[in-house]
Amino acid sequence: MRVALRELRRRPGRFGVATGVLTLITTLLVFLGGLLDGLFLGSTGAIRAQDADVLVYSAFSRDSFLRSRIGPELRQEVERVPGVEETGGLGLALVAARVPGEEEPADAAVAGYQLAPEGVPPTPPPGEAWADRRLEADGVRVGQTLLMGPAEVPIRVRGWVEDTSYLLQGTLWVAPETWRRVQSLSRPDAAVAPGVFQVLAVRGEGDPADLARAIEAGTGGRTSALTLDEAVFSLPGTAQQNRVFTGIIGATLLVAVLVVGLFFVLLTLERTGLYGVLKAIGASSRQLFAGVVAQAVVVTAVAVALGTALAVLLALAVPPEVPLQLEPARAGITALGMLAAALVGSIVSLRRVVRIDPATAIGSAT
Amino acid sequence: MSAALDLEDVRKVYRAGEGEVVALSHATLQVGEDEIVALLGPSGSGKTTLLSIAGGLLAATAGRVLVGGRDISGATPGELTRFRREQVGFVFQAVNLVPFLTARENLLVVDEIGGRRKGPESRARADRLLEELGLAHRAGNLPGQLSGGERQRVAIGRALMNEPRLVLVDEPTSALDTRTGTQVMELIRTEVKGRGTAAVIVTHDTRMTRWADRTLHIDDGVLSAVPAAGPEGGDAEA
Repeated sequence: MRVALRELRRRPGRFGVATGVLTLITTLLVFLGGLLDGLFLGSTGAIRAQDADVLVYSAFSRDSFLRSRIGPELRQEVERVPGVEETGGLGLALVAARVPGEEEPADAAVAGYQLAPEGVPPTPPPGEAWADRRLEADGVRVGQTLLMGPAEVPIRVRGWVEDTSYLLQGTLWVAPETWRRVQSLSRPDAAVAPGVFQVLAVRGEGDPADLARAIEAGTGGRTSALTLDEAVFSLPGTAQQNRVFTGIIGATLLVAVLVVGLFFVLLTLERTGLYGVLKAIGASSRQLFAGVVAQAVVVTAVAVALGTALAVLLALAVPPEVPLQLEPARAGITALGMLAAALVGSIVSLRRVVRIDPATAIGSAT
Repeated sequence: MSAALDLEDVRKVYRAGEGEVVALSHATLQVGEDEIVALLGPSGSGKTTLLSIAGGLLAATAGRVLVGGRDISGATPGELTRFRREQVGFVFQAVNLVPFLTARENLLVVDEIGGRRKGPESRARADRLLEELGLAHRAGNLPGQLSGGERQRVAIGRALMNEPRLVLVDEPTSALDTRTGTQVMELIRTEVKGRGTAAVIVTHDTRMTRWADRTLHIDDGVLSAVPAAGPEGGDAEA
């Protein structure tokens, strides 16, 4: 293995093509991962932030905020279910916000809440909001008053909260009555009566999945109760986005496996004479293959470092409206995926290494 | 004391379509503990086959092969790998040094493969061998920076690195001019004799046989003794 590592040090140019291709693959993977995370996190922040175990929708709403309605009577039924400790109403309205000094309106989600989500302070006074930081890119500033929807309902921004956007729109966290006003004036056809919410955030004891089943049973099938994970993936397009991006990332990793496999098979073929000599003087196939694997892993590790750095640099040039979010965890997963691809790819060389006959070293003048 | 190499009625037969090609026919040969045997023969005569069987690179079709008293005839590939690592030194026709390793590292690679010596001990042995071979000043050079004779000397050092019972040398002078070839043969003799090691040298150059204690001829796989006067005189016998 030491011999293989010395070759890497002494002849880095020999591995340049493979390193270059794997660097570009890494950059592509980091970008794809960044887009996946940008879309996923940007779409689901308002749900992920909920400090609750279960979200309860009305039955037949197909788990949609817009179609769901939970009135006071149904809420009481939910609260009577054993295991339910606390409930809070939640409602969302998607409207355009006129921002002072900006020509283009900002897309915003106005969320009325009772139980404060994680990172969001308690409910503000009517007419005020905690704004998601995403709105900063639209020119929103703390202290400004935004005019919401066609009725231009005023909402004053009190401060920022992080990672709570909904369907790629910055969320304004407001008192329930402020949300009801925005909803009723901008969507009269979907007006919400006092005491009515779209969804209930429920805190309880025990396993959230069991609690969800108990709520559905306890309300006689008039509700659809989802754990937070289920609620996240019930958002329009989220599961499909994940599947598509995961498929593309998987296919790209497969290309990395092929690149590593092909490169090291060619390198092994080229080294047949050298490996024959090393086998003749006592090297085992295991030792030689370990050298191939070590080279594949080092080349890939260098490519991962270069490719990640390149992706970070390129991300600086990406316009803010593109939902690209580079997450350290995703970079770690990409690195592990690439290293696994290197291991799998180098296995292709194993058969070649084993088949090299040490007897070829004798009587060979080439 | 057992012979360094003992071939007993060894045959090697290759299948060629429907028929067979006899590469080695009932070869019997004993090489003493510090004896140098030259094996002379034309191309395709079977000398490389004999060398490969003696070095555990090829399995004989029949007969017994003993190196230092150890029978390797029925050894598994893994056992043969260990045998080559510990008991045999090879000097190949094409030198075949690892091109990206320095002269010293080409010697050290034997210990890295075998794991018999570690760090300073291994480096000390490599430096001592290079000193003996007159290559101390070239220890840090890559093979591409060495002359043909120097490369062959490094290959000799590599063959001796594992303190083998038997050194097998394949056409050591074929790529060298006469003067350098003579120097290399002198060096092989000095190093091998100085260590009490046995050697079998395959060559087609009759001038080089004078460095051997004994010369054998091989033709169509049949071994036979030929009269040859080595530096210490005396005729050879198979």
